[in-house]
Amino acid sequence: MTAFLQYLGQSTRISFTKLGRASCFLLQILAGILSLLARPRLLLKQLYSVGVLSFLIITISGLFVGMVLSLQGYYTLSDFGAEESLGVMVAASLVRELGPVVSGLLFAGRAGSALTAEIGLMKATEQLSGMEMMAVDPIRRIITPRFVAGLISMPLLAALFSAVGVIGGQMVGCGLLGVDEGAFWSQMQSGIDFKDDIINGVIKSIVFGFVSSWIALFEGYDAIPTSEGVSRATTRTVVNSAFSILGLDFILTALMFGEH
Amino acid sequence: MDNRITPQNSLVSVRNLSFSRGTTKIFDNISLDFERGKITAIMGPSGTGKTTLLKLIGGQLYPDQGTISVDGENVHQLRRAELYNLRKRLGMLFQSGALLTDMNVYDNVAFPLREHTHLPESMIRTLVLMKLQAVGLRGARNLMPNELSGGMARRIALARAIALDPMMILYDEPFTGQDPISMGILVHLIKSLNTTLGLTSIIVSHDVHDTSAIADYIYVLSGGKIVGQGTPKEIQQSESEWVQQFMTGAADGPVHFHYPAKDYVDDLLSSGKRY
Ligand SMILES: Nc1ncnc2c1ncn2[C@@H]1O[C@H](COP(=O)(O)OP(=O)(O)O)[C@@H](O)[C@H]1O
Ligand SMILES: [Mg+2]
Repeated sequence: MTAFLQYLGQSTRISFTKLGRASCFLLQILAGILSLLARPRLLLKQLYSVGVLSFLIITISGLFVGMVLSLQGYYTLSDFGAEESLGVMVAASLVRELGPVVSGLLFAGRAGSALTAEIGLMKATEQLSGMEMMAVDPIRRIITPRFVAGLISMPLLAALFSAVGVIGGQMVGCGLLGVDEGAFWSQMQSGIDFKDDIINGVIKSIVFGFVSSWIALFEGYDAIPTSEGVSRATTRTVVNSAFSILGLDFILTALMFGEH
Repeated sequence: MDNRITPQNSLVSVRNLSFSRGTTKIFDNISLDFERGKITAIMGPSGTGKTTLLKLIGGQLYPDQGTISVDGENVHQLRRAELYNLRKRLGMLFQSGALLTDMNVYDNVAFPLREHTHLPESMIRTLVLMKLQAVGLRGARNLMPNELSGGMARRIALARAIALDPMMILYDEPFTGQDPISMGILVHLIKSLNTTLGLTSIIVSHDVHDTSAIADYIYVLSGGKIVGQGTPKEIQQSESEWVQQFMTGAADGPVHFHYPAKDYVDDLLSSGKRY
């Protein structure tokens, strides 16, 4: 029993010190943002590798998710003779939930894991301490551009996901299942609210981008500098990002849509 | 000894330094001096803390006790910006080279220039080619770090370390794992850079032969203490058992072959427990 309590106390303490280190790390990242403005090239390069390289996976996944949503929605809606509402159903699910959440999870798996592995290996091969000895702050030079790139990419990727998903839904709904195309789009237009749906979805995706970039970069920077340490850190990035995204999604949804 | 370094002409002086990792004392109240314009070697078995000492000098680690001053400045009392300014005047050659793997050789050597100066690209090109020429690798400028051999990577790292014309270079085990030819090249380079650029060099090594060939002064560390110091000649004639063991490479002596462990027979007979 005491052993258990001791274990509990110790792991709580370890988690809290880690949280503390992660917070300091975040402050250092944020402190570097101003100086990044002077060097937009660093950011562009990261926007490419964090954002642009995630296009394909986001597009394909968005397409399939939209198609499946349309199929599933059609069978339920047609029971009530409400096939025309397919458009609004697909779009609302994507914009409010699936767009930000699924693209957040994909982002953590595609870009987050790559960031952790990259930073962890840079640490293991002494590139980070090498930079420090050359009087270059590795957080400003390496971490901040990647963080900002994640922050910018994530909402764009989520928007891409939703847009492609709507197209996938339209293809299946109107092309395959014979829903009237005019009704599909007009119901969607009147049913989706800019502030309630779109803005809230964008806020979610910004939050997810912030959290998963922070986790990915911190895990890399804090990794034990060996092959095993980096591999564990990469796993932790994916697992912790997924938990954070899903947990935060619940909280944000409750706050945003709770009063309806 | 009459040729001891006087504190006035030492560029780096370490005073009463103590440093621990966890419960192990890595340095126990040691003092060392590194003279301007000379090559000073720090020798000792693996794990004595040679790399740690370089990191302390570079301000990446903080001592538990004692002071380290570089060119008259107390490294660990500098503010961040001042420390970074000091580091611009130091070059450090890491054991692995620590080249940035996402850029080619040219960009690696240009890196400190681009970060710290506002020189136009044409000027940077000239400087980079000069530095690469100095290490004999001007022809390798377009290679990526993964295409370099270990010896070449270290020479590129050396070119990068001298890019900002530092006053001092810290070399962490420059000879380890080198074939005799690259070793010869590196020994020659370190020596000639030191004289032509008027540098001060600190070499950490456990390679007795080659280090003695170029060092002006040697410190031998073991178990957190300085166990011997002097010119290479004095070290070779030293009567200290520690130094003798290290110089001749005897397996047992004051430095034990075995990591501390309980009695061997007891250990073998205590079956049942896994560890
Ligand atoms: N990051 C670290 N954390 C804990 N112990 C370390 C760390 N780095 C080095 N050590 C320990 O410090 C001692 C000295 O290491 P180091 O300076 O690398 O030795 P050397 O360069 O002389 O081979 C070793 O016993 C090593 O185990
Ligand atoms: Mg070492």
